[in-house]
Amino acid sequence: MRVSRGFTGSRRGGEPGRLPPGQYDVGSNWPVLTAELTPRVDPDSWTLTVNGRVADPKVWSWQDLRALPPSTYSGDIHCVTTWSKLDTSFTGVSVDELLAAAGPLPEATHMVATSTTGYTTNLPLADITGGKAWIVWEHEGRPLTVEHGGPVRMLVPHLYFWKSAKWIETITLLDHDEPGFWEVRGYHDRGDPWREQRYQGD
Amino acid sequence: MTEPAPAPGPWQWATVQAVVPENRHVSTLRLVLPTWVPHLPGQHYVVRLTAEDGYTASRSYSVSSPPELTGIVELTVDRLPTGEVSPYLVDEVAAGDEVEVRGPVGGHFVWRGEGPLLLVAGGSGVAPVMAMLRSRRLSHPEVAARLLFSVRSPEDLIFAADLGPETTVVHTRRTPPGSARPAGRITAADIAAVAFDRGPAYVCGSSGFVETAARLLADTGRYDPARILLERYGPTS
Ligand SMILES: Cc1cc2nc3c(=O)[nH]c(=O)nc-3n(C[C@H](O)[C@H](O)[C@H](O)COP(=O)(O)OP(=O)(O)OC[C@H]3O[C@@H](n4cnc5c(N)ncnc54)[C@H](O)[C@@H]3O)c2cc1C
Repeated sequence: MRVSRGFTGSRRGGEPGRLPPGQYDVGSNWPVLTAELTPRVDPDSWTLTVNGRVADPKVWSWQDLRALPPSTYSGDIHCVTTWSKLDTSFTGVSVDELLAAAGPLPEATHMVATSTTGYTTNLPLADITGGKAWIVWEHEGRPLTVEHGGPVRMLVPHLYFWKSAKWIETITLLDHDEPGFWEVRGYHDRGDPWREQRYQGD
Repeated sequence: MTEPAPAPGPWQWATVQAVVPENRHVSTLRLVLPTWVPHLPGQHYVVRLTAEDGYTASRSYSVSSPPELTGIVELTVDRLPTGEVSPYLVDEVAAGDEVEVRGPVGGHFVWRGEGPLLLVAGGSGVAPVMAMLRSRRLSHPEVAARLLFSVRSPEDLIFAADLGPETTVVHTRRTPPGSARPAGRITAADIAAVAFDRGPAYVCGSSGFVETAARLLADTGRYDPARILLERYGPTS
């Protein structure tokens, strides 16, 4: 092993194995690294659409979503820029709930999430079904702030956080994979932090 | 449509050729890479430090040198007092040391020669836009460019020798003697004075600075929000 002369490091995570490789614990901070200007999103006119390869395309208003059975994720999140935020929580609705309503067609294999800003990110359906993904509007019991993707963002905590599209408006199911904003800009197609899939080819 | 950016190369150990202080808390590290590929101005490298016990820490640093300078990359690092990596890079690393890096990374905040070119930077956020200005001087001198550069006080200036008539410096804490503009955060008037009416705009610095400056720029109505490109360094300035 080659070492960096004189480097000791001061932010070692607590439990061994808790942080994915190359990540550090950002503590109570929550960096904002969005590529776009934070948009102005009005919850009263905002809607969430699930369309594409589904039996029954659906549109939910802010009120409609909140009437669905709530679901909370408690755990860690990992950003590709190497910070991880441990023991945090988000509340919203499971993506399973939305997909059940829209009815994915048998040929649906992937999805692309689109934000108010035009930002997109792609995910295999296997990564957003079975309790692995949420649409959330609360962080640690408080409304999700706009710089963190509020009023409503996607949450896919087992993948790098660029997959958790802020200001989400549309989930489109596809019968093929279609790289999103960062995925066409050199970042990995899937982004599993435990396999350190940061960039294409990792 | 955006051209796909190539994937960054593998990790490699670069040799530090020189560490050049820019001011009391910022230094530029000039690295010689065994496998150098041309970067696009605006891209960054990831630096990975490894301690004796195998513990590693990685952080991103923008390239401040232009791709016309082949074989090397310069990273310009601001020492954050309680930071893990930046104090090591600024205070500990010396010429002859080796540093592990990977890059170039990033396919969004990149400049491919379009003009007129507006650059807005806060503190060390000047690093990637300096790569753009330097590349413009060497390869695209016909492109009109302006840099609005926000620093705390006169002694916090970075790349002082390299800033030309295209640059307007604004001070947030203390101004140099005789300055007409009072010290203070960037204002709509500062932005209006430099904004073109077309072309790309690049805004870089701490997350708060970037949000404020980009909002002011969007509010001029002179820029399509899609052409305002942002690079946020994180919570601190
Ligand atoms: C794409 C990109 C490009 C960048 N380019 C540059 C560049 O060109 N130049 C440059 O100087 N920087 C750049 N940065 C920022 C850089 O990557 C680092 O974030 C920066 O150097 C700080 O790292 P650090 O290890 O010194 O500080 P860290 O240890 O990461 O700490 C950062 C700040 O957070 C505080 N902090 C961290 N953890 C805790 C905690 N647990 N409790 C309390 N406070 C805490 C620290 O006090 C410090 O102020 C860039 C960032 C990105 C994302």
